Amino acid sequence: MSLIRYQTPELSNWSSIDRLASFRDEVNRLFDFTWPSRDSGLFSGWSPALDVADDKDNLVVKVELPGMKKEDINLSLHDGVLTVSGERKHEREAKEGGTFRSERYFGKFQRSVTLPSAVDANKVNASYKDGILTVELPKAEEAKPKQIAVNVS
Amino acid sequence: MNATLDNPQSKPAANGNGSSRVNYLTPLANIVETKDGYVLEAEMPGVNKDGLDITVENGELTIVGHRAATEPRGREVYRESRAFDYRRTFELDPSIDTTRVTARIDQGVLTMQLPKAESVKPRKIAVHD
Repeated sequence: MSLIRYQTPELSNWSSIDRLASFRDEVNRLFDFTWPSRDSGLFSGWSPALDVADDKDNLVVKVELPGMKKEDINLSLHDGVLTVSGERKHEREAKEGGTFRSERYFGKFQRSVTLPSAVDANKVNASYKDGILTVELPKAEEAKPKQIAVNVS
Repeated sequence: MNATLDNPQSKPAANGNGSSRVNYLTPLANIVETKDGYVLEAEMPGVNKDGLDITVENGELTIVGHRAATEPRGREVYRESRAFDYRRTFELDPSIDTTRVTARIDQGVLTMQLPKAESVKPRKIAVHD
């Protein structure tokens, strides 16, 4: 299954020659859309894409959050669950004239991921660059792979 | 719907490196009209200034965003993002003065100012006695 985020549908018909592609994306989104869980407490239409990678010593979590302010992103770690939340604020309103396309989502979001191994919460490091949040979580000592030397005498 | 228009999501690869087609993501865009023209915003997380390629030709605006190279970090446990580059084409309103179009990108959001030509701006005509 491909994971494609649900996006707000187009509001108007700004003439665009990639209409077929947009339509295909729209159909894909329909099939992939799932209602956000109620217990998140937020009815969010924005579910930023999240990746988790594992090198030997760290977990690396990346979240696509284009156009945010650093201070509007919140990170928390509790019981092995990393939660990224925040709010993207509307900067530009159509004052006169009109809105020809409105596909970007503004408002609150929240994503949580259960980390696949124990991490050292005191050494977590996060950076935000080119609209991508990267969180590096060093694994706890007991979760790191260990080389065991076997002495044959 | 005009089926003869090209599909920007899959274009024949310019470099013959094995695969015959290149996949692109369609960046999400907002377009609003202001007094002086249009403002276009497009979301391209992972793209910085050096990865942008914007062209205006025959009344069409084409935006291509190449992701900044990042070395893969370990084994992928879970993945939702798609590592393709971005591409989208818009047909420009003929009133836009293409010589004065400006673009900047900040935290993965491209913002373009597309000013209208002076000649098409509404002008108030003074009526003399």
